[in-house]
Amino acid sequence: MGGGFFFIIGGLEALLIRIQLFFPNNDFMVGREFNELLTMHGTTMIFFVAMPLLFALMNVAVPLQIGARDVAFPFLNALGFWLFLAGGILMNLGWIFGNAPDAGWTNYVPIAGNEYSAGPGIEYYVLGLQVSGIGTLIGGLNFLVTIINMRAPGMTFLRMPLFTWTSFVASALILFAFPALTAGLFLVMFDRIFGTAFFDVALGGNPVIWQHLFWIFGHPEVYIVILPAFGIMSDVISTFAKKRLFGYTSMVFATMLIGFLGFMVWAHHMFTVGMGPVPNSIFAILTMAIAVPTGIKVFNWLFTMWGGKIQFTTAMLWAVGFIPTFVLGGVTGVMLASPAADFQFHDSYFVVAHFHYVLIGGTVFGLFSGAYYWWPKMFGHKLNETLGKWHFWLFFIGFHLTFFIQHFIGLFGMPRRHFTYQADDGLTLLNQISTVGAFFMAIGTVVLLINIIVSAKKAVPAGNDPWDARTLEWAISSPPPEYNFAQTPRVRALDAFWHEKMAGNKTLEPAEPLGPIHMPSPTHLPFFMTLGFFISGLGWVFRSVEVGVLGLVMVVLVMFIHSFNHDHGYYIPLKDIPDANNDPQKGAKA
Amino acid sequence: MASIETQTQTHADAPVQLEKATLEGRNKILGFWLFIGAETVLFACLFGTYLALQNSTMGGPTQGELFSIPLVGLATVILLTSSLTSVLGIVGMHENNLKKTQFWFGVTVLLGVAFLVLEIYEFIHYTNEGLAITTNAFGSAFYTLLGTHGAHVLFGVIWITSLMIQARKQGLTKVTAPKFYVASLYWHFVDVIWVFIFTVVYLMGKVG
Repeated sequence: MGGGFFFIIGGLEALLIRIQLFFPNNDFMVGREFNELLTMHGTTMIFFVAMPLLFALMNVAVPLQIGARDVAFPFLNALGFWLFLAGGILMNLGWIFGNAPDAGWTNYVPIAGNEYSAGPGIEYYVLGLQVSGIGTLIGGLNFLVTIINMRAPGMTFLRMPLFTWTSFVASALILFAFPALTAGLFLVMFDRIFGTAFFDVALGGNPVIWQHLFWIFGHPEVYIVILPAFGIMSDVISTFAKKRLFGYTSMVFATMLIGFLGFMVWAHHMFTVGMGPVPNSIFAILTMAIAVPTGIKVFNWLFTMWGGKIQFTTAMLWAVGFIPTFVLGGVTGVMLASPAADFQFHDSYFVVAHFHYVLIGGTVFGLFSGAYYWWPKMFGHKLNETLGKWHFWLFFIGFHLTFFIQHFIGLFGMPRRHFTYQADDGLTLLNQISTVGAFFMAIGTVVLLINIIVSAKKAVPAGNDPWDARTLEWAISSPPPEYNFAQTPRVRALDAFWHEKMAGNKTLEPAEPLGPIHMPSPTHLPFFMTLGFFISGLGWVFRSVEVGVLGLVMVVLVMFIHSFNHDHGYYIPLKDIPDANNDPQKGAKA
Repeated sequence: MASIETQTQTHADAPVQLEKATLEGRNKILGFWLFIGAETVLFACLFGTYLALQNSTMGGPTQGELFSIPLVGLATVILLTSSLTSVLGIVGMHENNLKKTQFWFGVTVLLGVAFLVLEIYEFIHYTNEGLAITTNAFGSAFYTLLGTHGAHVLFGVIWITSLMIQARKQGLTKVTAPKFYVASLYWHFVDVIWVFIFTVVYLMGKVG
């Protein structure tokens, strides 16, 4: 919900940007306002849309796919959600109080320093990201522990569904990438609020340190948002092609390799900083190397579909539409990975086109695919397929109209982040086509909203396994009971549920006797802990040390209260557990 | 709870350590190891920043002029000893000896406080010598790295103290044992970071 809300805000910001660029010399949103729009659009889409929506899908699918009752730390899970929401609200308060961050989503110093960015805008950015970053970090930690410690008996690592695998690797990337952002944000905050000299050249500081720290975080972040999307595609494609995923093991290793290489390539964002030819070449070659495991994945998806009985449901359409779109984004990525070419493309619309192809063509298509795929599991009813196909085609065509053209806008010389261009630049028509495409995408999104409402009103029960799918989550009722599995299942193969179906079994063999189930008690403490962080953040924004410290004291106090809490949950008694695993008829109706 | 018991059955022959007796305890310990991984990255970034800026003294006092190895050596000895005492506390926990656990963790806390006092004295001294956090980029990087470590020590002191209060009321149970274990992991980690600070900041600063 939160992520969807921010998706609409971020989308509206994008529309305003495109409206400004509809006519040459337009004066709809210029100067600082335009900078604020760009900054907030980028930051919102990455941190408050892509990340939380992926986490939402992980929360739905990962525990179910590995046969676990819950995530390892339910308390941290709730805390992570509240922190993300508080961070998003904190940053967007900048709009209301008249000064949104305006230094780009990369927040480069010295633009983000006091000298060029007076007013509290950058503070909103720094503290909003700091708060939501803590939330993301503990979210990633939670999924790592869940996947390592809480797999059902028989669920070996090489039997885990690909979405779980990619979530696992993405969580590991979060764990090692986000602290770099935390460190960098602290340095900016100290420079702005306490007058330190990290980035102040006159006192010996060095602005390039921020670029390194930001991209040591920022490049893995790209893979954090794309890998789970790869996982969704893999699960969706194998489900709707009715085939085992081609080259499962190579997919797993490609995922790990991409995750590893993702950390080795941050400096390719800095070719033009003046690092010199040797570092540039090393980072160029490492960057291009990522194309190899990514190519393996693309071919595996194609081979999975090859000879399969493909059903073009909406979820499958998004997955199939993703393949050529993402490949195009990957190809321009390799072009940008060549330093010589990058000196030409740098900060032009070509770069904008490239990363939108990867982020929308990859992550957003993946999120849509996953939403249509898991919707019946989450809510017990499917989304309307006709409206879903309208949504797909409007968004898909609009997307290519908007961004394919931007490659040429960039090659013809239009720099990114500029709020206008001249009539005799010859870019008017191209920019107008791009803007029209953006409106197609917006209409597509409206169709999705209508679809959600219409489908919820009808709410035709979809049953446990509407797609005739392969993995564990489809073996239990939709929506799942709060304890997920009445009895932890025993896993005997990859695509565990499919294996049992092919063996003629209606259900999974339980690995434990039916018994009372332990549940954590609901608690409001994560909310109050987040409130502490929020108050602290606001205090620093307004440069009040007292309020800033007060908020942190509140955080520590809530930690104490939580630690001394004697309530260790409760048991669901046997009589309240419908025996869904042994009685498929009853389970199907639930 | 049934699933938890089936999962521990494989270890049924060996005595299960108290902190690893429940799935929650094992989750906590694994989660904490991963958290230490994240903290390592945080400190690595601060070390990198320090190394990049350590020569930007811009005419202010240099490392060679400021640092006094005997004082810092004393702080190092105090902190490393506190690592040992926290291990003794865990030994006490494995013997199910609450008194011993409380005693050694109490010593750990006192040593931590002593370290902090020394560090505060050191910071005041340097400020009087002309190096504040806003003086130059070296000062900013130095105080940020050291201050972050000091804040970790302070947090550890508060944390262990509150655990001791908890243990006085509840004793050593499946709930409190993983907390002690994790806190001692944290304490070791903070000490290891200090070893790096001692080497990279003080020894290398004095030599170079």
